Amino acid sequence: MTSAFVSSPYVAPSNSLRRLMINVIIGLVPGTIAYAWFFGPGILINIAFAVILAVAIEAAVLRLRNKPIKPHITDFSAVVAAWLFALCLPMQSPWWLIAVGIGFTMIVGKHLYGGLGFNPFNPAMVGYVVLLISFPREMTTWYLPVDVGDEVLGLSDSIAYLFGLVDPQRWDGLSSATPLDQFKTGLGQNLTVSEIRQSPLFGNIGGVGWEWIAGGWLVGGLWLLITRTIRWQIPVAVLASMSALAIIFYLIAPETTVPPLFHLFSGGIMIGAFFIATDPVTAATTDRGRIYYGILIGFLVYVIRTWGGYPDGVAFAVLLANMSVPLIDYYTQPRVYGDE
Amino acid sequence: MSTSLHRFKLHDFHGGMQLEGHKAASLTQALQRASLPDQLFLPLRQHIGEANRPLVECGQRVLRGQVIADSLSPISAPIHASSSGTVRDIAMYPIPHPSGKPDHCIIIDLDGKDEAIQQQERNLDKLTAPELIDLIGRAGVVGLGGAAFPTSAKLSRARNYGIQTLIINGAECEPYITCDDILMQTYSDEMIKGAGYLQRIFNPTKILIAIEDDKPRAIEAISHALATGPLENTILVAIPTLYPSGGEKQLVKRLTGKEIPQGQLAFDIGILSHNVGTCVAITRAIELDEALISRIVTVSGNGIRHPGNWETRLGTPVDHLIKLAGGYQLDRHDSQHLVMGGPMMGFSLPSGRVPIVKASNNILVMQQQTTPPRPGYHDECIRCGKCAEVCPAHLLPQQLYWQARAQAYEHIEKYNLFDCIECGCCSVVCPSQIPLVQYYRAAKSEIRAAKQAQFKSDRSRARFEFRQKRLLLKKQLDEERRRIKREALQKKRPQVEAADGTIDPVQAALERVKAKKQALDIKPQNTTNLTAEQQLKIEQTDARREAVRQ
Repeated sequence: MTSAFVSSPYVAPSNSLRRLMINVIIGLVPGTIAYAWFFGPGILINIAFAVILAVAIEAAVLRLRNKPIKPHITDFSAVVAAWLFALCLPMQSPWWLIAVGIGFTMIVGKHLYGGLGFNPFNPAMVGYVVLLISFPREMTTWYLPVDVGDEVLGLSDSIAYLFGLVDPQRWDGLSSATPLDQFKTGLGQNLTVSEIRQSPLFGNIGGVGWEWIAGGWLVGGLWLLITRTIRWQIPVAVLASMSALAIIFYLIAPETTVPPLFHLFSGGIMIGAFFIATDPVTAATTDRGRIYYGILIGFLVYVIRTWGGYPDGVAFAVLLANMSVPLIDYYTQPRVYGDE
Repeated sequence: MSTSLHRFKLHDFHGGMQLEGHKAASLTQALQRASLPDQLFLPLRQHIGEANRPLVECGQRVLRGQVIADSLSPISAPIHASSSGTVRDIAMYPIPHPSGKPDHCIIIDLDGKDEAIQQQERNLDKLTAPELIDLIGRAGVVGLGGAAFPTSAKLSRARNYGIQTLIINGAECEPYITCDDILMQTYSDEMIKGAGYLQRIFNPTKILIAIEDDKPRAIEAISHALATGPLENTILVAIPTLYPSGGEKQLVKRLTGKEIPQGQLAFDIGILSHNVGTCVAITRAIELDEALISRIVTVSGNGIRHPGNWETRLGTPVDHLIKLAGGYQLDRHDSQHLVMGGPMMGFSLPSGRVPIVKASNNILVMQQQTTPPRPGYHDECIRCGKCAEVCPAHLLPQQLYWQARAQAYEHIEKYNLFDCIECGCCSVVCPSQIPLVQYYRAAKSEIRAAKQAQFKSDRSRARFEFRQKRLLLKKQLDEERRRIKREALQKKRPQVEAADGTIDPVQAALERVKAKKQALDIKPQNTTNLTAEQQLKIEQTDARREAVRQ
């Protein structure tokens, strides 16, 4: 009568993968709403398209690999990866750009390594970086937020745009570089911080709209911390190390350096700190290791933003830190009970 | 006592979990005495250590408290008949063991008279420490917290160390189990007396009685007993309810802030700890000359009608207790899951036929549909580290799992697999619902088996090499002997004569060397001594080759 039972403990598990992933999805909601508010509902279309595609690809690959499809699909890990990926892309991305990126995310980033739990690199960042390197033009122009441009794309326009049903040139006047990009270009042209901030793109802290979106990620991140979906070490280390560098350089040359608060509320640092760097599969797994891992990411983000060839550096920073995870984990093992 | 209860400084141990206690159900009724069953099944080994040998024969009448099996090994505890009756058989019978394998048991048909053997009068004040330990040993007392290590062996060993702190462990941190709780409520005086005897043996500087703070009635009872029958230098400590604070390592850390060093015992840092139930058994052994023939067993879980605690004779079948507890909630027999011990560290029972033994603190009856659905499938580890957060040994269970899965056993030891106490916390919190502890148990037994095999093969190799050496030596000796013999013969043989009839010593020597060389040069060849036919064939082949070449 008991041969079917495994050994103890015989206590119902208190967590599930699905619960964790749903928590992450809930955490993404405030920032996503802010995004749609300032840049139009097109982002929701992109997310939906990416998610459907990712789940379909996941199901197909699982079938090819002779793995059970339902339990893997319903852990919602593909949904989270696709959602994060869609948030990284410019809003006026054509469908094929998203498809190529999701393909890389799911097939190369995740399943070629063995699926969830075995991938050394953050799958969404793999897909994103492939696009960033292969299609630099498509990946660096963004719409103006609602208060700055004349209009934002409505729902039907967004769908039409996504699938190339309209001439994209029609909206060329609405797009520009991101505030982070503008800052970089401006500083390169020897403009001062205050001169650059004259541009209507800039809000009180970061860029118009962008600062609210970053605030949304922060709120979602706090939700993840409260629900213990993630631990504090990685986000705190990422934000603290980047801020520390930003503060040091800002104090040295305040007129020719991006202000620290602008750094915190621009680009991908906030979503990166709470949602991307904290991907448990690819992050360091020891408490101490997570701090080093976070510090490394924050450091790399600042270095790439300030001296690198890209306006933002979260994706590269995360991938580089992913590579160092085995080393970090090996040297940060905790002291075992009774070990002297 | 109550003031020290608040003032005592506690320390934190890493990890642990707050689990649902489920303890109230079995505490609704007072401790009861379980009725005698018709038959007792007493396994020969109910402790850690050497198995006992039976001292009785089939058909022999035995009395309550009579020794029926014993061993000469220092790490063992004798078995006594728990009631009077006739030995029916000594045979293999299902016993409660994680392996599920049966073992030798003495089966006694009870006569219901419960006749006891003659008890001896003792002058308690005059007993020396070794005499006290001897009495405890002869009563078959083992650690009743679950490990069942022979108490006398532990005490004799501890006497080689300076024991400064005596810990009486009444934490009882596993869910459902309340046998220690009710024991402290019911037998508080005997428990304090038992602690007193340990104090007499070791003379420690302090005694700490630790009880988890979810047992207010036990705390009150012990506090009352300490007030009426005081024990010197004793502090009653209410510790926070946090699984597994009853584990020896965790309790030592909680109470003293010290850690038992890896690979050492609590003695090494001057600490001796005993379970509260063991203290009661010690008192009974010394004062009443009463052997360990019964223990308190909790019967609980959502599959039983009337949970409670029963003072049960050892050897009583679990089914008998189930009946006393009102039977199963569900009528269908196969819808029950029986566990001996708690839900975190207990093990499944093959059936209700197995007997209660010295280590049986709890019978957990669970309805099958409420046990976690754990089919063969589980998600993969996502390295979230929740397991590391709760691990009381401060291990990295996620890394252990990774190595165990890859069967990288030389690496897994570097991650301190053998410091795992199998408390089960990691398995419970794992979001991928991986039965982690099961992987560690498997890895541990694999490594133990490999070490055993290694030991065996090392020994075999050593034996083989010794044999080779011996044979070589024998050969050399034989050769030496033959040489001496040969030389002796050669001297007698007529020497090579020259043409002139005289012996040329130079020529003779040369001949000998030549012969020796020839002997050495001879190599077996398959081209010598060929028949004419073979020779012909070879020549034909050579000719053919030559033709081809041209």
